[in-house]
Amino acid sequence: MRGQLISLLSGFLFACGLAISGMINPDKVRGFLDLFGEWDYSLALVMLGAVSFNFITFRFLKRRKPVCTDSYFLPSSKDVDRDLVLGASLFGAGWGLVGICPGPAIVNLVTLNSSIIIFFIAMLVGMLAHKFYKK
Amino acid sequence: MENIFNPLIGGVLIGISSTVLLGGIGRISGISGILASVISKPSKESFWKYNFLLGLLLGGIFSYKLHPELFNYDVSNNLVKVVVAGLLVGFGTRLGNGCTSGHGVCGLPRIAKRSIVATMTFIFVGILTVSIEGLIK
Repeated sequence: MRGQLISLLSGFLFACGLAISGMINPDKVRGFLDLFGEWDYSLALVMLGAVSFNFITFRFLKRRKPVCTDSYFLPSSKDVDRDLVLGASLFGAGWGLVGICPGPAIVNLVTLNSSIIIFFIAMLVGMLAHKFYKK
Repeated sequence: MENIFNPLIGGVLIGISSTVLLGGIGRISGISGILASVISKPSKESFWKYNFLLGLLLGGIFSYKLHPELFNYDVSNNLVKVVVAGLLVGFGTRLGNGCTSGHGVCGLPRIAKRSIVATMTFIFVGILTVSIEGLIK
């Protein structure tokens, strides 16, 4: 039960962070990716803030167990393979096209903007397609 | 001068969120993976994911009510583009096992090789996509 509340809180904080930082704004995201145009560097600071914060805290966490479980569930795979690079490339192309990645797609649903809703549904269809592709 | 305060505060909030999840239940906050639970068979093990997603929506509603101007943006209304982008993001994040949150926010601080390669790749292809589009226009 406590773990469920922690998840809920974590999701809540994540959404607030995405909103305040400007990551939910597709114009800003595309501005950030427009390196050779009118580059808007501000979103680099979002990554910098999150990654440097976690760099410190994750190291601290490593030395102790999670509050609600006995161990960490970390990805076990270590290999850089074709799927990883191809998948990241496809994602990058989609991200660049409209400036929305999965987190902001979910958070932006609250505006009931039709483009966002269509994007969200297409994203789920893409995930389903991957499921059948892997079978 | 761009406003650098909001991106930094937002970034740290995202960091706090992922630290809470990892320290609390030992999980990585990879949103594409968490979202994929919606298209899988419901299970008890996935319950935390549903709660995380609910939290995302509640946090979205909270932010929208408090600061609607943050949501004041233009999003493409080109239907074909939106659908193609959505499909690419959905399929690509599953094939590559993560997105900006899992590989970027959580993978980079762990200095995970896969995440470093994935993050560099999607940012590079993202820049390429926006640049090519700019040339065509």
